[in-house]
Amino acid sequence: MSGLPLLSLAIWLPVIGGLLVLATGADRNAGLARPLALAVAVAGFLVTLPLYAGFDTQTSAMQFVEMRDWIPRFNIHYHLGVDGISVLFILLNSFITPLVVLAGWKVIEDKVAQYMAAFLVMSGIMNGIFAALDAVLFYVFFEVSLIPMYIIIGAWGGPNRVYAAFKFFLYTLLGSLLMLIALIYLFFQSGFSFSLLDWHELKITLTAQTWLFLAFLVAFAVKVPMWPVHTWLPDAHVEAPTGGSVVLAAIMLKLGAYGFLRFSLPIAPDASRELAWLMIALSLIAVVYIGFVALVQTDMKKLIAYSSISHMGFVTLGFFIFNPLGVEGALVQMISHGFVSGAMFLCVGVLYDRMHSRQIADYGGVVNTMPKFAAFFMLFAMANAGLPATSGFVGEFMVILGAVKYNFWIGFAAATTLILGAAYTLWMVKRVVFGAVASPHVAELSDIDAREFAILGALALSVMAMGLYPFPFTEVMHASVDNLLRHVAVPKL
Amino acid sequence: MNFVMPDLYPASAEIFLLLMALVVLLVDLFAGRRWLTYLLTQLTLAGALGITFFTIDGRTVTTFSGMFIDDMFADLLKLALYPAVAMVLVYSRGYLAARNLDKGEFYVLTLFATLGMMVMISAGHFLSLYLGLEMLALSLYALVAIDRDSARATEAAMKYFVLGAMASGLLLYGMSMVYGATGSLEIAEVGQRIALGGGNRTVLVFGLVFVVAGLAFKLGVVPFHMWVPDVYHGAPTAVTLLIGSAPKLAALAIVMRMLVTGLAELAEHWQVMLMILSALSIALGNLAAIAQTNLKRMLAYSAISHMGFMLLGVLSGIVGGDPRFALNAYSSAMFYVIAYVLMSLGAFGMILLLSRAGFEAEDIEDFRGLNRRSPWFAAIMMILMFSMAGMPFFVGFFAKFAVLQAAIAAKLLWLAVFAVLFSLVGAFYYLRVVKVMYFDAPTDMSPIEGPRDMRILLSLNGLAVALVGLLPQGVLEYSIYATYTFLVGH
Repeated sequence: MSGLPLLSLAIWLPVIGGLLVLATGADRNAGLARPLALAVAVAGFLVTLPLYAGFDTQTSAMQFVEMRDWIPRFNIHYHLGVDGISVLFILLNSFITPLVVLAGWKVIEDKVAQYMAAFLVMSGIMNGIFAALDAVLFYVFFEVSLIPMYIIIGAWGGPNRVYAAFKFFLYTLLGSLLMLIALIYLFFQSGFSFSLLDWHELKITLTAQTWLFLAFLVAFAVKVPMWPVHTWLPDAHVEAPTGGSVVLAAIMLKLGAYGFLRFSLPIAPDASRELAWLMIALSLIAVVYIGFVALVQTDMKKLIAYSSISHMGFVTLGFFIFNPLGVEGALVQMISHGFVSGAMFLCVGVLYDRMHSRQIADYGGVVNTMPKFAAFFMLFAMANAGLPATSGFVGEFMVILGAVKYNFWIGFAAATTLILGAAYTLWMVKRVVFGAVASPHVAELSDIDAREFAILGALALSVMAMGLYPFPFTEVMHASVDNLLRHVAVPKL
Repeated sequence: MNFVMPDLYPASAEIFLLLMALVVLLVDLFAGRRWLTYLLTQLTLAGALGITFFTIDGRTVTTFSGMFIDDMFADLLKLALYPAVAMVLVYSRGYLAARNLDKGEFYVLTLFATLGMMVMISAGHFLSLYLGLEMLALSLYALVAIDRDSARATEAAMKYFVLGAMASGLLLYGMSMVYGATGSLEIAEVGQRIALGGGNRTVLVFGLVFVVAGLAFKLGVVPFHMWVPDVYHGAPTAVTLLIGSAPKLAALAIVMRMLVTGLAELAEHWQVMLMILSALSIALGNLAAIAQTNLKRMLAYSAISHMGFMLLGVLSGIVGGDPRFALNAYSSAMFYVIAYVLMSLGAFGMILLLSRAGFEAEDIEDFRGLNRRSPWFAAIMMILMFSMAGMPFFVGFFAKFAVLQAAIAAKLLWLAVFAVLFSLVGAFYYLRVVKVMYFDAPTDMSPIEGPRDMRILLSLNGLAVALVGLLPQGVLEYSIYATYTFLVGH
């Protein structure tokens, strides 16, 4: 197996498969487009499995490396590789893609082939972001991933989709353009290299580091999103079709956080330490303030969107307290949030497909008509609130421990999320699922079918497995996180 | 002074084109078959391409007493020029026929315009440069007005002519100042004399201001851009396609010949001027494009901003008298122009494709729901728009990347930041075109028809934008090679 360019396969198989799906053309061939898309998505997932199976957990070096000239004119290489930080995201992304294809199986009846193709292409592109070790290759994937998402939100989204699609695109483009300048600056500083690994060793003055850090911060903070540049996310989530919301929450938000680990921390470690107070402050605002904002939402998708921002605040907090518990906890939180937020959006999607409403007030007593669904929804809500034995607990607990070690009051503020998260999530579940049947529409609801059961079941298993036995996840990231923290601790002025 | 027969060989492509233009004129008059005129015109371009290609010998030769330069830079630019003009003709044919504009004059004038561009590209002398420029300009003035019953086109032609004549005057005045200071009209010699300390600096800089103003007008950069939106909008789309594509190659050539070969010693002065022109063009072009509902006007403002970006490359070549980054910067500008011409051809080609007899598809709204009418051409247009916006995996991204890195290499970080912030503004209006194609329902469902050759070529055009974006190395090397021979030549 090791002879195959696995990372290239993980990137290009979904992209080329997506183009094939696109070639099935008009909606009268939708019967062909759907299974073909599913086959491509499953194949895309299968090719990433050897990445985990063959992964050497003892080393922090890049593995499955592929290196080719791409644009010698600018010394740009087609350089791929994964370490313990990135490999899990490729798996997560490839795991989510078949679920998203399945989730759109029935609901999407319009331009089916284009819908499926957009998700497949995006899946490949996002694998490229996680695998790229050349800055331009990273940037190119990072920016091009906006195009399919823009189309998905705009073409299959809700009533206010055009506004949301533009806001999403322009907001994120603003960040990445400034990053481009930073990348080109580093290219000249490093003696004409775009290799991330070279840049990690590069000595840079504190002033330059600070500017670089800020340029990266704009790019990644928008993507995470961190308070106060988070306002695009609720709009994008609310208007996007279910599949779009899932990918956005489960994978796209992780790109920003991943960027911090790959760029900001190792390239500008001194500036990272200098500005850690800022990052911690912004993270805590996200955790606490956005938690309160989530509490008052009346729209389910909006509530989950704000909950995502709050959870991602936890992730950035974990990064900038510079201890292994914090960083690993944040990474676990990212994976867990990928499962949980994806599942939450799928649950809302299930309800929306039946009722065409996302308003909490329109529901009530769903458990009476959809018992199986209610059980899943309850489980995911508990995971979102960070209940022990679910994946949500592991990451949060580790980050809180790390934060308490760093500073008691920061840990204390972070721990409020356990209360806030439980409050907004469970209150929503109470109002939607429990109580008396609220309206005749709810009384007519039918429970989830086999397809929906399979999607939610797969995610439920992942959430439980990760909550009960997180070792296979932390084991993989351990060596790389240690190496990163050692690297960050050494001044490189 | 003895008359010496000049060596005609280096100019054989130009001579061939001139003769053939006259032949086409006569054949059209006497045979009167438009398809024959069209075919002959295309064959002429193909022949010129062949002549240029097979006479490349890597040497720099001057002839006509230094008036005409045949170097690799010129040859490679011309090799890009012929296909661009040929594509214009393929795209235009159906449109012209449907509007009863498919006249022999169109083809003859296009050939003369091409000849003008070739002379500009090969100009070694202020006079030949000016002659080429005027030959191009006069052909274009007439082409803009070719639809004589259209008041809008006539107005555009008048505006173009009056402003164009004024710009030529400015350029000539500037040249005369430089001549007065250096005593030479031959560009290379002007450069040498200034380098040796000849000429009064005040007079030279005074002349330089006018030269730059004249060039800026021809490039269509702010504040000399006023003609661009009106001419792009008013001219028949087929002519807009011609104005908006190939002449940019020739414009780059004269900018390089005038400023780099002739006035390199004054770089510190013209770089500041170009910086202002570039920043203003990027800002105003992108801001004004947002307000447009007409696609041709929008693309006109987009052209202004693209020329501003191209100037970023031109002005980054010499850093405080140090020409170390010249190759990097000028080749980036050349790559930008080639990429822009490719995108511009495709974008105007799409307008031509959607236009029918009696219907100009020139409003952005006319692209509504194109994804339902023709997913294929909607995808092509999407590629073109994202490429113009500078999104990656399309050629526009690497074009912007190239000029931005040139600017940063020249320590013009602030200008690079300024440029990317306005390209964010620019993304908005390109996205709007994608929005109407993909997010809106179509208002008319008439199928997309157009000559088969045009549809195939337009598809290839769009795919080329994607393919060169995916693998830009070849074209980058081509630009490097051309620029290298240009810089070594003097």
